Amino acid sequence: MRTAYLDWNATAPVRPAAAAAIAAALSAAGNPSSVHRAGRAARRLLNEARDAVAALVNARADEIVFTSGGSEANALALAAFPGRRILISAIEHDSVRGNAPAAEVIPARADGCVDVDALDRMLAADQQPALVSVMFANNETGVIQDVAAIGRTAHRYNALYHCDAIQAAGKIAVDFAALDIDLMTLSAHKLGGPMGSGALVVKSGLALQPSLRGGGQERRLRAGTENLPGIAGFGAAARAAAASLAAYADVAKLRDHAQQRLCALAPDAVVFGAEAPRLPNTLCIAMPDVASSTQVIALDLAGVMVSAGAACSSGKVTRSHVLDAMGVAPALAESAIRISLGWTTGAEDVDQLGDAWGALYSRTRARVA
Amino acid sequence: MTAAIARKANQPPVYLDYQATTPVDPRVLAAMLPWFTEKFGNPSSITHAYGREAEAAVERARGQLAALIKADPREIVFTSGATEANNTAVKGALRFHKQFGPNNQVKDHIVTLVTEHKCVLESAKAMEAEGCRATYLPVESNGIVDLDRLKNAIDDNTAIVSVMAAHNEIGVIQPLAEIGAICRERGVLLHTDAAQAVGKIPMDVDAMNIDLMSISGHKIYGPKGIGALYMRRRPRARVTALIDGGGQERGMRSGTLPTPLCIGLGEAAALAEAEMAGEARRLFALRQRFLAGIKHALPQTILNGDAEQRLPGNLNLSFPGIPAPALMEACPALALSTGSACTAAEIEPSFVLRALGLSDELAAASLRIGLGRFTTEDEVDFAVATVAAAVKHLGQAGVTTRLAATT
Repeated sequence: MRTAYLDWNATAPVRPAAAAAIAAALSAAGNPSSVHRAGRAARRLLNEARDAVAALVNARADEIVFTSGGSEANALALAAFPGRRILISAIEHDSVRGNAPAAEVIPARADGCVDVDALDRMLAADQQPALVSVMFANNETGVIQDVAAIGRTAHRYNALYHCDAIQAAGKIAVDFAALDIDLMTLSAHKLGGPMGSGALVVKSGLALQPSLRGGGQERRLRAGTENLPGIAGFGAAARAAAASLAAYADVAKLRDHAQQRLCALAPDAVVFGAEAPRLPNTLCIAMPDVASSTQVIALDLAGVMVSAGAACSSGKVTRSHVLDAMGVAPALAESAIRISLGWTTGAEDVDQLGDAWGALYSRTRARVA
Repeated sequence: MTAAIARKANQPPVYLDYQATTPVDPRVLAAMLPWFTEKFGNPSSITHAYGREAEAAVERARGQLAALIKADPREIVFTSGATEANNTAVKGALRFHKQFGPNNQVKDHIVTLVTEHKCVLESAKAMEAEGCRATYLPVESNGIVDLDRLKNAIDDNTAIVSVMAAHNEIGVIQPLAEIGAICRERGVLLHTDAAQAVGKIPMDVDAMNIDLMSISGHKIYGPKGIGALYMRRRPRARVTALIDGGGQERGMRSGTLPTPLCIGLGEAAALAEAEMAGEARRLFALRQRFLAGIKHALPQTILNGDAEQRLPGNLNLSFPGIPAPALMEACPALALSTGSACTAAEIEPSFVLRALGLSDELAAASLRIGLGRFTTEDEVDFAVATVAAAVKHLGQAGVTTRLAATT
């Protein structure tokens, strides 16, 4: 059976350039911290990757701290300033929510955007030093946040701003230097690099408390032997992503086409976040009265891979906290699925999705009627 | 001897730093590669075929790793490496037990050794800053801990004992089974940093009464960026997680599981299990050949760490009067190190060697020799001849530690 992979926000295939870089680095020995020749070659590779990742998000190379992935980078950022008040948005990924269990929650609006005015009020009400964590673009709805306004607001109150840019980097332009962001999380495997590799971008001069201690790698901010193949793959993927950002215009066309087709097949379908700026690849849509899990399984049987929300703890399909925060009625939220496209997605993938979705819709509506 | 030293120019240096890192075994690499590209699913995306295929492969790898240490697969938590596993074990056990000790008794004390890896020592120090107590035990001059001393250091508030299984610098193997028996009797968790031991010497979590064990991928011919923490289920070793989020790894370690890396670690473990006995014999013979060759050429050479209870592929040698940096510089055809790779360029005398009672001067005249899976007899002979010639040359040239210290 032909398969259509439409779960790119969960993970993406490794780009060919990244696969080549990983394979080359895996075949070479050398610990980047060793002073001998093999170690020095490893360090050179590390530095090249650091440059490439920095270039993707317009940061300085010495602002990149490599980690084992996005979850670790988020955990590091949120634990780095003990004593600070923490504010996170209601639509954050579990890796932010889980690592800041005592955080105050900034509400979101019905369009999927975090309420910047509410953030302003919360910061004004209590002037103790704070850390604000609001993502760049949401993993479920694709809604792009007003990162510039959030950063400005945070800085007006001398708060630090952490931004989880895992879903945004590589899909849309991300400019660390121009935005008022102090800490930014990146993940390699969402942009065509390998799993097990990510980074925290740390504004120059910002002192933070490390979470993993030991050998003093990554300027003492993240101990552990550097995952060189993972980092080299991240660098190569970042380079490829930066060079092909423009190609996402085509992905957006395909996504818009998918949205039109699904809505035409199911006139009562509801699209979430469509009124706000969205990632070019993401479509969060509900088929009313059909459980998310039913849809995901039916589509899977038809070779179409989508998800009912975040991939993480999976298996258990629980209602999305993101849709809850947008004020979506629970029954409707429980019938939402996430469709996410990528650079190898073609029109035939969208057709396969439309056929399977249409067939399911007809079956369920026939039963209701 | 000059003939032995002559090697073709442009040949890569002979790699003698297997305790810093190991090359990925080609068989491991072959097992990993498909999982980067065509089989790329997120192992948590079990609602579709790509995810389920990845999940099944990760679980197979978990089983391979568990088999190597005689554990249950459900006791394996994948981490980003041994540093993360060590941080999780030390900080996580203390954070859990200082809150929820049995009968509300505060368990806020850790016993460890002064010679542990930096990431264990730094984690213990970080917990001292959080109000815990730490006892750093000295070791004997052979690098091994005195069991009575260890026994006496455990008190009613001790939550965890952390002792490295095999040492990264001096290769010394601690009597873990005996330490495990002591800890079990006292109701204290035993954590062991086994990054250097797993896959090199037999490890059995039940026979040794180990509750928590840190494992590294890249020290056993697997990839960097992956490791594991073994966590005993019965009786359960309770630990507070370091990274929360998506709830992967039974909530103990959130974050997308790096499928290819997990598979690489699993394959490396399976190869180690199958080949450990033969490889250990071969490495032991190479090590003895190296030692005999050096002792013959340079009788004043000192072996650091116990001569018997040590990793088959490790030597740590002091060349009295010869500063190690100068010696390494004089041997560009060899990839050598003075000890822990981590702190890199900061070449200061090893705190481990000083803990064995070596003077600063002698500690600064020491090299770590790490032999491994791809080391050949020819390479050993070449290395012995190269080091011996360099030591003699430097000695004649008057480059001594004393001189180096004054310049």
